Amino acid sequence: MSEGSIEEGLRAELQRQGIWVTSMQELYNWGRKNSIWPLQFGLACCAIEMIATAASRYDIARFGGEVFRPSPRQADLMIVAGTVTKKMAPQIVRLYNQMPDPKYVISMGACAISGGPFKQGYNVLKGIDRYIPVDVYIPGCPPRPEALLHAFMELQRKIDSQKLSGGDKADFLKKEQPSEFPVPAFGEHDLNPPANKDVYQPPKLERV
Amino acid sequence: MTPKPYLFIVVFAGVALMFPVLPLALAWLWRKFFQPPKPGAQKNAIYECGVESIGEAHIQFRSQYYLYAILFLIFDVEAIFLVPFAVAFTGLPIGAFIAVLVFLLLLIEGLVWAWGKGCLSWANK
Repeated sequence: MSEGSIEEGLRAELQRQGIWVTSMQELYNWGRKNSIWPLQFGLACCAIEMIATAASRYDIARFGGEVFRPSPRQADLMIVAGTVTKKMAPQIVRLYNQMPDPKYVISMGACAISGGPFKQGYNVLKGIDRYIPVDVYIPGCPPRPEALLHAFMELQRKIDSQKLSGGDKADFLKKEQPSEFPVPAFGEHDLNPPANKDVYQPPKLERV
Repeated sequence: MTPKPYLFIVVFAGVALMFPVLPLALAWLWRKFFQPPKPGAQKNAIYECGVESIGEAHIQFRSQYYLYAILFLIFDVEAIFLVPFAVAFTGLPIGAFIAVLVFLLLLIEGLVWAWGKGCLSWANK
């Protein structure tokens, strides 16, 4: 998995003999990926599915993510569950800014991805990824709890593959990578700016 | 060998001290070697609801409900004292009787004062 560690074959042989070998990076990522604390907030109907995921039937606690925190200071993961209105967007960006690194975002449902069925609405943000970087997108309207669990496992996989050192180390460990993103302000007709150019590039239309 | 009962307390205190200090020290070392600090204006903001705080926290509250507090004392707290007073009335010495009367007079003074302020009458008559 990590560079500089022992090869897989030797490791498997040692494991068979009852010796477990690990590296700092694997230990760290193992701890992180199994204790992801989400930020406790829901925006619309996707939040109901998120609540169902946290409840006993789907039980996100199996993945170590049951500790929904009411404060961004204690949260690792922001699940944007629902339609983001333009009135709500600055608050969400501000909450994201207040989360400590490393922090991750799951964009849950069609609304959080693109505005969904309310895309034509004058007051609906066309995707939260215009302002904050998103790690996992879940399509669906609303996505079922299994889909959220799948996204959660995808995020765990991503955390597991993040490197602690070297040139391709994780973004949150780089000094130049920002931890705060500019909060949009209420403009005359739209949020100002309408998108953060550093994290969002509009998809290019190609006529064929 | 004589048993040393206090040795266990010393060991216990040592473990109890290491239990919180060790993770904190590890976290500090981790931050020092791996994680670059990224403070910011919003990250360090005091209010953590996503909403910007307005004004200062050090404002003076106007105690507009003090009249209700006085009336509550008169009609509610006084009743609690009056019931045992009435039950034990025949067996009371004269000193206790006078003490209760002083207590009652103090509260009646509050009632007279509230009456004089006009808070016993409806506002929109």
